Amino acid sequence: MKTDKILLDHGSGGKISHRMTRDMLLPVFNNPILAQLNDGAIFELNGQRVAFSTDSYTVDPIFFPGGNIGELAVYGTVNDLAMCGATPMFLSVALIIEEGFPIEQLEAIIAAMGQAAEHAGVSVVTGDTKVVPKGMADKIFINTSGIGVIPDHVDVASHKALPGDAVILSGSIADHGVSILARRAGLSFETSVQSDTAPLNHMVAAMCAVGRGIHVLRDPTRGGLGTALNEIAEKSAAGIRIREDRIPVKPEVAGLCELLGFDPLYLANEGKLIAFVAADDAAAVLEAVRADRCGRDAAIVGEVVADHPGKVFMQTRIGGTRIVDMLAGEQLPRIC
Amino acid sequence: MSIKHIEEYRDSTLARQLSEKIRRLSRRKIRLMEVCGTHTVSIFRSGIRSLLPETISLLSGPGCPVCVTDQAEIDAFIELARQKDVIVTTFGDLMRVPGSASSLQRERAEGRDIRMVYSTMDAVGLAQQNPGRHVVFLGVGFETTAPTIAAAILTAAGLKLENFSVISAHKVVPPALEALMTVDGARIDGFILPGHVSVIIGLKAYRPFFERHRMPCVVAGFEPGDILQAVAMLVEQFETGRPRLENAYPRAVAQEGNLKAQQVLTQVFQIGDACWRGIGRIPDSGLQIRASYAAYDAGRRFALHLPEPKTPRGCACGEILTGQKTPPECALYKKVCTPIDPVGPCMVSSEGTCAAYYRYHYDELEAQS
Repeated sequence: MKTDKILLDHGSGGKISHRMTRDMLLPVFNNPILAQLNDGAIFELNGQRVAFSTDSYTVDPIFFPGGNIGELAVYGTVNDLAMCGATPMFLSVALIIEEGFPIEQLEAIIAAMGQAAEHAGVSVVTGDTKVVPKGMADKIFINTSGIGVIPDHVDVASHKALPGDAVILSGSIADHGVSILARRAGLSFETSVQSDTAPLNHMVAAMCAVGRGIHVLRDPTRGGLGTALNEIAEKSAAGIRIREDRIPVKPEVAGLCELLGFDPLYLANEGKLIAFVAADDAAAVLEAVRADRCGRDAAIVGEVVADHPGKVFMQTRIGGTRIVDMLAGEQLPRIC
Repeated sequence: MSIKHIEEYRDSTLARQLSEKIRRLSRRKIRLMEVCGTHTVSIFRSGIRSLLPETISLLSGPGCPVCVTDQAEIDAFIELARQKDVIVTTFGDLMRVPGSASSLQRERAEGRDIRMVYSTMDAVGLAQQNPGRHVVFLGVGFETTAPTIAAAILTAAGLKLENFSVISAHKVVPPALEALMTVDGARIDGFILPGHVSVIIGLKAYRPFFERHRMPCVVAGFEPGDILQAVAMLVEQFETGRPRLENAYPRAVAQEGNLKAQQVLTQVFQIGDACWRGIGRIPDSGLQIRASYAAYDAGRRFALHLPEPKTPRGCACGEILTGQKTPPECALYKKVCTPIDPVGPCMVSSEGTCAAYYRYHYDELEAQS
């Protein structure tokens, strides 16, 4: 059934979001930098390679276990820049606030943004605030944009995965997605799962310092690990094989996913990365990831193969094989 | 049950032992139907097919509640959402199911108040918080969910809530097995019976069906080890020519089932005929709200004027739900019908056969292995 209205599916980060970007945005803003469709734009300014990225944050609830919309907005853009291989430097912050929003909560959000910026080592150098009449926005929306410079020896992009590359995952998946789900209005589950929201730029800097063979960096946010791997397989025209038993999933995350019929492969992460690294460098890079506070559970979860270009396969825990497809739309809890 | 305990059923050693046993036992071609959508998804997700010999075909049955919800029922849900001062509450799966002319998801984008809930009790709570509006819960599901919906109705009755009701499209499983036996092209040699449903109704509920048809039947849990165990038992019954009704999920399923849940169920619901999408009317296969709880029956409270339902042309949902076809044999599959633009409900629900095929099935995989 075709639709003439925007549905929530259009924002899910899956196939339907991609289709909207491809069919509606790309033809209008047609240029080679945008066409790369990386986490951020990469281009040269006066001989210096620069990464530039933007993201808007509309998370509901705005306060969730492990963080709030403020630090998410800072870390999100910092991480998008880091995934371009850049050292994030300057951020802009724009706030759209609903009339009647408690000042105390706004202060808490801004304080969290300040701490996050300090933690990530970036400066917020410009910004904007708008207040809209009650009901015209849901509490608060935040947009951040950021600029970073890319060191000379770093050259990553999602089309650069090569057969033989090891796939490194920096830790457990779906923590953020589950922490948000568990806090959503109407869902009264008690869970100890905290969002994993964290800056990844320090980890990336450490990785790039030890390994020149890093080909792809990606933070599997909206759409989760499954969608991110599919995008890389497609852009690199390479096959990816992963092993289910190597992918860390916290027991409480697995439990809630099972209950609701969700696949953790497609739930959001906000402080995890995947790296495609030449086999020779994989051990050193993995060690650098593990040395970071957010990367202790890192593991090599798979490899790039010459077979089945564009497709992701997973060896299941019982030793079977299955395809991992891209998420089609928003995941919906099931009825049993 | 602890996670650790579940891990045992996901163990690769156990899986290998069971798949070797199945390979040893299986001589003749056998067609086994997993009735339950959760089984279908587990089979795909764990890659069970890649561990089975060629002699074994697994067919997906009519056990995804969203998939068997009749078009007329979907149209009624949508019509309810259009009523003045009504809040429609539903489990998530239903949002995208196409009715004759719309879907709940599209209605929500049009501004109707449709909310996803995770428990019927949340819908009761919503009614309490919104005394000026009427909250309707869309009751879709099998014996597994029906008792919780019955309990919600009893709670609402206890609270004397006047603004809460349920539209019941609930269905029960055993009569569907009977209906499948009359389908020509299905050629089913054995049933993998649903675990969750059996927790409620017990092994005894299948006894009359089994006695009539002497068909291999095994109740299975949902971990890969559970399913492989059930397949091994079915193959053994089939090869030895001794059909039985067996329980491969004794850690959850008892002979008598959950008597308390059954009692709540029969207090609120009575058995009646029901229309299953793709199959048609099956006698005594539905759950209707009893007259004594008519105040909580949205079907009675709202006079809905529904046009004749328009079933999508070319959609093979019916043949797929009954094991006569697999999704790739449907002309619309992946071409016109995708999870984004689904034609039939089997492509919508995460537990629908077509959606599971779309997400997990890859033809070349078989070619490779």
